[in-house]
Amino acid sequence: MTHLTRLIAVLATAMAFAVPATAQDGPLRIEITEGVIEPLPFAIPNFVPESGGAGELAANITRVVSEDLTGTGLFREIPQSAHIGSVTSFSSPVQYADWKAINAQALITGGVTVQGDRVTVKFRLYDVFSGQEMGDGLQFSGTTAGWRRMAHKVADTVYSRITGEGPYFDSRVVYVSETGPKDDRRKRLAIMDYDGANTQYLTDSSSIVLAPRFSPTGDRVLYTSYETGFPKIYVLDVASVGRRTLTTPEGTMSFAPRFAPNGQTVVYSLSQGGNTDIYAMDINSGQSVQLTTAPSIETAPSFSPDGSQIVFESDRSGSQQLYVMPAGGGEPRRISFGQGRYGTPVWSPRGDLIAFTKQSKGRFHIGVMRTDGSEERLLTASFLDEGPTWSPNGRVIMFTRETQGEQGSASLYSVDISGRNLKKVRTEGAASDPSWSPLQN
Amino acid sequence: MKHMTRAALTLMAVLAVAACDKGRRFDNNVNLGAGANGAVVPGSANDPASPLYFQQSVGDRVLFAVDQHTLSDSARAVLNAQAQWLMTNADYTAVIEGHADEQGTREYNLALGGRRANAVREYLITQGVSAARLKTVSYGKERPIEICSVESCYEKNRRAVTVLAAGAIS
Repeated sequence: MTHLTRLIAVLATAMAFAVPATAQDGPLRIEITEGVIEPLPFAIPNFVPESGGAGELAANITRVVSEDLTGTGLFREIPQSAHIGSVTSFSSPVQYADWKAINAQALITGGVTVQGDRVTVKFRLYDVFSGQEMGDGLQFSGTTAGWRRMAHKVADTVYSRITGEGPYFDSRVVYVSETGPKDDRRKRLAIMDYDGANTQYLTDSSSIVLAPRFSPTGDRVLYTSYETGFPKIYVLDVASVGRRTLTTPEGTMSFAPRFAPNGQTVVYSLSQGGNTDIYAMDINSGQSVQLTTAPSIETAPSFSPDGSQIVFESDRSGSQQLYVMPAGGGEPRRISFGQGRYGTPVWSPRGDLIAFTKQSKGRFHIGVMRTDGSEERLLTASFLDEGPTWSPNGRVIMFTRETQGEQGSASLYSVDISGRNLKKVRTEGAASDPSWSPLQN
Repeated sequence: MKHMTRAALTLMAVLAVAACDKGRRFDNNVNLGAGANGAVVPGSANDPASPLYFQQSVGDRVLFAVDQHTLSDSARAVLNAQAQWLMTNADYTAVIEGHADEQGTREYNLALGGRRANAVREYLITQGVSAARLKTVSYGKERPIEICSVESCYEKNRRAVTVLAAGAIS
């Protein structure tokens, strides 16, 4: 095994946890190894501008690729100031010795061409110590305005080739933007790239909005708004920003909406006469069926990715706990049994884990468990952490962290499902209730 | 009001202290005094038919224990007075707003506030107020009136507030 493949094996093992070792592409094998994760050192010389005026864009794209990779905590960039070699032409052969000398395990090279409002980015990935290209060169094209997406696609490919995991950088997050003091908070929906770039506001702050959720294709967003004075569910088209309300009976409150994987069914909570149950609505016909009938609070539903089951929270036992039921309703099975209260369950897009909020001994945690409730692991702890959402590849969780006291405010954080790499997500101002989109097309 | 004991009135007055949401439906900042010759100024806090009187003297809110929606004895006393007032002042309808403190997840707290608002509504109905005059809404933890992160604030935030509106309920 080369140095790079050895590191890949360690990385992949760290990311795989107790998952049985599986073969990767090509000759790579995953060894089960315990150990501290050393971020993999890589070099990324500025992508080569291949048309007039592409220099600045090429440098910007290079930066975003690097930030995506280093942001995972799994990679470390060797600064350009330490480079011995240089890449002046995308097609010229790589001098491996120059990169080996600075201990770069991986080398990423690229070229950028601008024509009118179109940009084309091509790149290659090299395993420096084995002196080989890793996978084929690829190119991506799009609008110059959307250049960050090209960078994310390059970084996604590098990340996937080296870790064997699915990509996630070319994705967006819809969330609630917050302004004003704690007793006069203003909220509006915002959408941004996963890294905080390209923020757009989707609603004004004239009424409270809560807990947006993406559709399975990322084209629509469900959320709760007090536009009428009472909490009601809205569905918003991301491209046009047009919205409509989902009709629920007069005198009721509806909230906690989530799409089913089919993009047609919406599960939500309806509160009537003090009792809150889960319903499913066909978004086209507006017809609803009641899925739970207990006199307790049933809310925060989330579909399994195959659409067959729903995980939700209920306080039927006397405190908030997690339950799984068939998608059509029926007898729920309790899956949380630890100390404390469990809420806001969200099924992983890989189907293997459920993320949740746990309250125990006056602290809040984000955690994950298997879908049968086993192998619970808490990833965070603070005064108030809540509302996990999964990255498209099921490897990273974003959530809301609220600080305590009179000046308390909310921010978005992300954490790897290993519990590593906890960090604040860049947003324009205070932010809560993130929902991570699927990978963009 | 004639059925109320002096003790209950005192209690309500205590509960009503500082119990004003930021000018939501009715302006709180009107003069609290009597007119020049001692006559009650219509609409002032001394006018027993005024929303201000309801808010400040009857007591427009009741408080709840952590994660609970049961009505305490003192809450029932306040609601008895609210019911009396509402039956005397039949032109008003009310929206009962349920709230929670920040120690809970957002959607659960919405449901919990719904329970609290409904507990108040049901009680007012048993005391004779027409169900058609009473709506409920929950704000969960979205509208705290106290902003510190300790129990002295939390206990004031775990509330159900009876907010008056003039005219028939829509």
